[in-house]
This record gives sequence, structure tokens and C-alpha cells, in this order.
Amino acid sequence: MAAEREPPPLGDGKPTDFEELEDGEDLFTSTVSTLESSPSSPEPASLPAEDVSTNSNGRKPAEVVLDDDREDLFAEATEEVSLDSPEREPILSSEPSPAVTPVTPTTLIAPRMESKSISAPVIFDRSREEIEEEANGDVFDIEIGVSDPEKVGDGMNAYMAYRVTTKTSLSMFSKSEFSVKRRFSDFLGLHSKLASKYLHVGYIVPPAPEKSIVGMTKVKVGKEDSSSTEFVEKRRAALERYLQRTVKHPTLLQDPDLRQFLESSEWFEEKQQQFENLDQQLRKLHASVEALVCHRKELSANTAAFAKSAAMLGNSEDHTALSRALSQLAEVEEKIDQLHQEQAFADFYMFSELLSDYIRLIAAVKGVFDHRMKCWQKWEDAQITLLKKRETEAKMMVANKPDKIQQAKNEIREWEAKVQQGERDFEQISKTIRKEVGRFEAKRVKDFKTVIIKYLESLVQTQQQLIKYWEAFLPEAKAIA
Amino acid sequence: MWVWAFGAFPTRVLRPWAEGPAFLFPTAHGPRPSAPGRGGAGCSEAPPPPAATSPAPPAAAGSLRPRGAVRACAGPRLGAAMMEGLDDGPDFLSEEDRGLKAINVDLQSDAALQVDISDALSERDKVKFTVHTKSSLPNFKQNEFSVVRQHEEFIWLHDSFVENEDYAGYIIPPAPPRPDFDASREKLQKLGEGEGSMTKEEFTKMKQELEAEYLAIFKKTVAMHEVFLCRVAAHPILRKDLNFHVFLEYNQDLSVRGKNKKEKLEDFFKNMVKSADGVIVSGVKDVDDFFEHERTFLLEYHNRVKDASAKSDRMTRSHKSAADDYNRIGSSLYALGTQDSTDICKFFLKVSELFDKTRKIEARVSADEDLKLSDLLKYYLRESQAAKDLLYRRSRSLVDYENANKALDKARAKNKDVLQAETSQQLCCQKFEKISESAKQELIDFKTRRVAAFRKNLVELAELELKHAKGNLQLLQNCLAVLNGDT
Repeated sequence: MAAEREPPPLGDGKPTDFEELEDGEDLFTSTVSTLESSPSSPEPASLPAEDVSTNSNGRKPAEVVLDDDREDLFAEATEEVSLDSPEREPILSSEPSPAVTPVTPTTLIAPRMESKSISAPVIFDRSREEIEEEANGDVFDIEIGVSDPEKVGDGMNAYMAYRVTTKTSLSMFSKSEFSVKRRFSDFLGLHSKLASKYLHVGYIVPPAPEKSIVGMTKVKVGKEDSSSTEFVEKRRAALERYLQRTVKHPTLLQDPDLRQFLESSEWFEEKQQQFENLDQQLRKLHASVEALVCHRKELSANTAAFAKSAAMLGNSEDHTALSRALSQLAEVEEKIDQLHQEQAFADFYMFSELLSDYIRLIAAVKGVFDHRMKCWQKWEDAQITLLKKRETEAKMMVANKPDKIQQAKNEIREWEAKVQQGERDFEQISKTIRKEVGRFEAKRVKDFKTVIIKYLESLVQTQQQLIKYWEAFLPEAKAIA
Repeated sequence: MWVWAFGAFPTRVLRPWAEGPAFLFPTAHGPRPSAPGRGGAGCSEAPPPPAATSPAPPAAAGSLRPRGAVRACAGPRLGAAMMEGLDDGPDFLSEEDRGLKAINVDLQSDAALQVDISDALSERDKVKFTVHTKSSLPNFKQNEFSVVRQHEEFIWLHDSFVENEDYAGYIIPPAPPRPDFDASREKLQKLGEGEGSMTKEEFTKMKQELEAEYLAIFKKTVAMHEVFLCRVAAHPILRKDLNFHVFLEYNQDLSVRGKNKKEKLEDFFKNMVKSADGVIVSGVKDVDDFFEHERTFLLEYHNRVKDASAKSDRMTRSHKSAADDYNRIGSSLYALGTQDSTDICKFFLKVSELFDKTRKIEARVSADEDLKLSDLLKYYLRESQAAKDLLYRRSRSLVDYENANKALDKARAKNKDVLQAETSQQLCCQKFEKISESAKQELIDFKTRRVAAFRKNLVELAELELKHAKGNLQLLQNCLAVLNGDT
């Protein structure tokens, strides 16, 4: 095959790029192209094949053929290198990791072709494809806007809240358009998280806009003058650019922190808070209802005692009619005591038990939210581990320990899968929770309505009975002569 | 007119209530809607119609309460019209204002002497009653006059009756119990302290409750003092008592101080002796069946009334606690309703409203039961004690009489001091007979009064219970209709 390609394929007129290294500079560029080709072909040997296919197919802009040419690189210094800059660009941008971890210029300078096995730390094949598919051009289909600067709070505790709107058709996001409110310190926090994760392994993490104490203080103090509006506008634009740059970075886009920043995980926070409040209120109500049950039972007991006492009084009363009336009163009170008892049961079994059931249900809901957090943490941890493994791999490359390298590669594969799984799990659980919460709320509403109405009906019955009893007693009382 | 000076309270509790004069005429919150200006009908009603039938409709400001035997002449003095703000519709007025004096309904009307308490002022630790008299008797300098009296002076008057030998044969109207606001004041104080720990709404609710409670106790104590005076005024003999006239007319302080320790100790011993004596004396079999029967009856009756009174008390108090719970449930439901974001919030708010309203009714039920039942029983506990005292005095005089007889016999036998013994014996005989005669009448009257009072109160109790139950029922049914309509 090599023989076939002896003549620079340039003659074919194919736009495939061919790098010829003549000096260090080119060397470097070819390094890049080397990298580009390597994802698809970890082995130098396969490169030719690709090369051929590329040559024959033509259009695979991401594939830059550079294989044995490397050998040629050194051999044929005279070969021309045609670098099609325009074509290079997409390659560059689509390359998940332009500044590749394991590959440093030094690596290439050292004529170790095996280093081709530098698999560019492509994150996910899947997303890479996705990105490649989508992007014939510059952008993946995700757009961030920062708008609506709004002052929140008062005095020195005030801050500006910006609306971050994301428009995307990427499948990894659950919605195609969503927005959240974030403040400047949130952006800074995001950057610091990303930086701590990625910078030390070589990714260029776009920097966040700078803090400005003077500018911010003016805003806080509330000066509505042009300088502070200007400041806010400058900042808003800077934040927007910052986010745009960040999401254009395929690796960073995958990061869970960034995802959380963009997406409305606020929904979850809000809901959690709501459930917390609901829990509190239900507990209070439950306590009051329990007190009611207790007092009603007491009332029932006391009414029974009074009934007996009244009966005794009636017995000793020597005026016949009054005596009879008192006995009747005693009977009425006895019946009423029964009523109170039944009502107490209703209080308890309908109202009180409903409340305690829901208090326990809400504890379960809270547990579910906690699980989600754990899931997220797992995902995050897997991601960090993956990066570490890559780091290890790179080190092994440098140290040139082929066996360890293989092990590292295996581990990387393993952790890539875990990260994917983690992300899937997290999204799954989030989706499920949303659905479940909706279902729970609907059920709760129905439950409460039904039970409370039933309870009120029990109260109605009690009153109706009371009326009956007292109506029966009244003529007796009137009959006292 | 009732003036209720809240300056009585420690300022800490007072401050949130600084509502000024408006508060003097409480609106119809809680169980005791206003109209404190019941200014008793005094004892001057025409022969009481046998029954106060249906409850009086709420009197508009200034108008008369058309009925209620005891209230017949309440009209002119109701002028101050405290009937503000009936927030719960026409039927939720409690009848306690009419019923307060209904305990002892069968008071003979008499234009010759009408006594009532037209005004009362509650200060930190005492209550000042304005005793108002209208009389055509020649004994008084004027036809109409008022004096201010305190509780101790009522007690003095009562004791003077008890100690008067001439009145031995009568049932002395029981003394009114001391005004006791301690419990209420304590609660108010606690409320003031706990203000920070509850929502503003809860605080207002509880405050209203306690205010109403205080007002209720206040009215009750006024009523009981008034009843005492009316009984005295209605009694054919006692009304002529000089001390009574002084009490009514002398418009300066009677300088009746409360008994000091020594006197209280003396009283204590006297009581002990009396009860010991009573035991001895009661061992003496009475020749007269009537009295024998009465004695047995009264003994048993008194004990049972005591028991019934205590149990009734407890019952009404439980009732009140349950009503208070409704209050808290209502508040919680309200909080739930305002916090919730789903469509159940309207539901909660409606139910919360229901609980608030139903609670008011329940509280009134409890208050009415307290009035018609507990108070009735308590009063007759005291009266039956007074009747027992009468019987004791009679027995005592019987024993004295028999002893005098024996002494006379002995004297005759010895033929020494016969005349003395004879006089003594005659005196005793006279005394005994006098007592017996009046006692008999008194006891018969007692029975009549008792029967009438019970009748009146039981009827009113039943009517009120019915009214409240119906009101409750309507509330509940309305609410259910709305809720079912929504869902």
C-alpha cells in the first residue's frame, strides 16, 4: 500500500490533507492532524487503510490521513504540504480535544510513531458522532443567551440575576428550550468547578468574566446612572460569550456541573422546599387533630359521668315531674356521650390517620429526592475518575510501558461506560421523579378532598343526631309543672 | 352600662390590645357577644310567665329585649346598646345575657322595692358594683338612688343576716362567690408572653377568645351578686332589714374590711363547732314528718347536686377544649391553604373558614351549657346548703327547747328557780315554733323556686342546644355544597 502512495496523493487533486513536515512548525501541525486521524485508528497500521478509504471516499473532513506519512515526514522533507486551512478548521473544532492530553509537542518530536496511539481524549464516541453529524459547520445545535439582568435584594446584599436561556436540539437535554436564573457568583462557581476538573489535564477551559468590585458596588448602591447600566450590559454580554464558548467545547458540554448550571434543576430545589413546608404544616395539623381526638374522648367520658350524676339527682328530687325530666336529661346526655365517642373515632380514623399517612409518604418523597442527589454524585464521581484514568494513561504513554498502557486503556473504557451509565441513570431518575411528583400531587389532592368531605359529612350526622335528641327532650322539660 | 377597664392588666398584655374605647363595648367575637348592658331586670318583673319560650331575637341597638321573664324591665337600661358587630348572622347570639339571672326565676315582683346592678367596673383586683335601687317605700330618703359596693360589703350583709337570731327561721340567700379572674388573667399573661411564638393571626384569635372568656366571667359574677340582692329584696322580712337599707342607701364606704386572720380563725372554729353540733343535733329524731322528710331529702340532694355540679363543670370545660382545638385546626388549614400551589388550596381555605365558624358555635354551646346547667347546679348547691343551715338552726332550737323542758321539770321537781326555768322554756318554745313555722314555708318556697328554676333552665338549655346544632348543621351543609360543587 505504501507503494501506492509513494507519490504524494496531492496529485490526485483530492482535498485530503497531507502533511509533510519540513520543520518544527509543520511538525506541530501534523501532530494535530495525526491526532485527528487517530481516534478512528489507534494503530498506525490501520491508518493506511483509512487513508485509502479516505482517499477513495473523499469526504470525511474529520479524517485527516496521516499515517505512514509520518515516516515520510522525516524522509521526504521536500514533500509539499498542503494545508487546507478552511478544512482544517472544522476538524479542529470538531475535535473533541484539540489540545490533547497525552500528546505534547515533545512527544511528536521524538520519532516515536507509536505515539500515534494517542487516542485523543475523545470523550464519547457517541457524542462525537453526534457532533460530527450535526456539524458540518461550526456549531453544535446549542445556543445560550444571557438576558434580563434583574436586581435582587437590597443594599449591600443585592445582586444581579441573569436569565440563562438554552436552546438546543441535542438529545442529551431533556427539553429543547429552557432557562434558569443565575447570578454572577454562580457563573464563577461553575468556572471554578470546570477549571478544577479539566485545566490540569490540559483542556482549555474558557475563563469567566472578571469580578469588578467597583462596578458591582455601584449597581448595589442603586445608582441608576449610565455607568452602572453600562457595566451591567458589559457583564451580561461577557457572560453570554463565556457560556457560548464553554458549551462549544464538546468535553465541557458533557460535564454534569455545566448541565446542572444550564438546566432547571431549580424545579427540583423548588419542589423539595415545597415538600418540606408541606411536611411541617401537616405535622402541625396532625398534632391539632390528635388533640381534638383526645379532648373529644375526654368530653365523652365527662358527659357519661354527668349523665350518671344527673340520674342520681333525678332520683333524689322529690318533685315528680322535675325528677322525671332530670332522668330524661340523664338519658339524653348518655346518648350524646355515645355520639361524642363516635365522632372521636371519625376524627381519628378519617382525619388524623390520613394526615399521618401523608406525613410518612412525604418522607418517602424526600428520600427519592435524596436518591437523585446520590445518583448525581455518582455520575460526577465517575467522571472525575475517568479523567484520572486518562491522566494515568497519558503518564503511561510517556513512561512507555505498553502493558500498563493497555491496562489504562481498559480502565478508561470501563469508566467511560460508567460515566455514560451515570448520566443515563441521573436523567432517568430525574424524569421519573418529575412524573412521580406530578402523580403524587394529583393523588394527594384527590385524597384530601375525598377524606375531608367524608369527615365533614360525619360532623353533619352528629349534628343531626344532636338535634333529634334535644328535640325529644324539650317537651319533657316543658312538661315540668 | 358595663365599663370594663382593661387598665387592670399588666401593661405587657395590654399593649397589643390598646384598642381604647372600642374595646369597652366588645363586639360579638367568641362565645360572648356583647350586649353586656343587660342591666338586670332586677327583681321587678311581673309574675314571671311560666316559661321563657324561644330565645329572644337579638335586640338591635337600643331596643328592648322583648321577653325573658327576668328581663322585662331591662329595656330602658339597655340603652348603651353594646350590640355591635354581630358577625355571625342573626341567630348566633347567645342567650347568656338573658339567662344570667334566670337561675332564680321565681322572684316575686314588687314595685315597692327594685334592686339591680346597673354598672360594674373591673379593676386590677376588685370589682366595683353600682347598686341601683328604685323604691316607693318610706324608709328611703329618695325614690331612686345608686351606690357603689364591693364584694366584701355583700359578704358583710350576708353575714349580718346569718348572725341575726331573728332570721333564724329563714333560708338566708347564699352569698355570692368571690369574683375570681385569676385563671383568666394568668392565661392572658401567658398569651402576652407567648406572642412572639405564634403567627399574628393565631395570636389575635386567642386574644379574642380570652377576652371573651374574661367578659363571661365578669358577667357571671355581676349576675350572682345581683341575684343575691334580688332575693333579699324579694323576701318579705329580709327586705326590711336595716343593714340592707344601709347597704342600699349609704353612699359612702361601709368600711367593711375583710376579715383579718384572727376573725377568719374564729370563723373556722365556729364552723367546726357548728358541724359537730349539727351531727349531734341531726341525731335527734324529729316529731314532724315534714321536717324529717325534708332533712333526709336535703342531705341527699345537696350531695348529689354537688356531684352533678362538679361533673357538669368538667363536661363544659372539655367541650370548650374541643372547641379550642377547632381553632388551631382552622389556623393550620389556613396555613396549608395559603402555601399550597395546587388547586387544593381553595379547598383548604374553605374548610379552614368552616372550622373557624363552627368553632364559634361550639364555644357558645359550651358557654350556654355552663350557664344553664353548671351555674344552675352551683347555685342550688349553695341554696340547698342554706336550707340545710335552716334545718340545723331549727333542730338546734328544738334541742334547746327540749333541754329547757327538762330543766323546767327538774326545777319543778326541786322547786327551785321554777319561774326562771319556765320563762326560759317558754322562750325556747316560742323560738322553736317561730322557726318551725317560717321554716316550713321557706322550704316549700324553696322547692317551688327550685322546680321553676330548673324548668326554665332546662327548657332554655334544650332550646339553645337545638339552635346551635341547627346552626352548625347549616354551616356544614353549606360548606359541603360548595366543596362538592367545586370538585
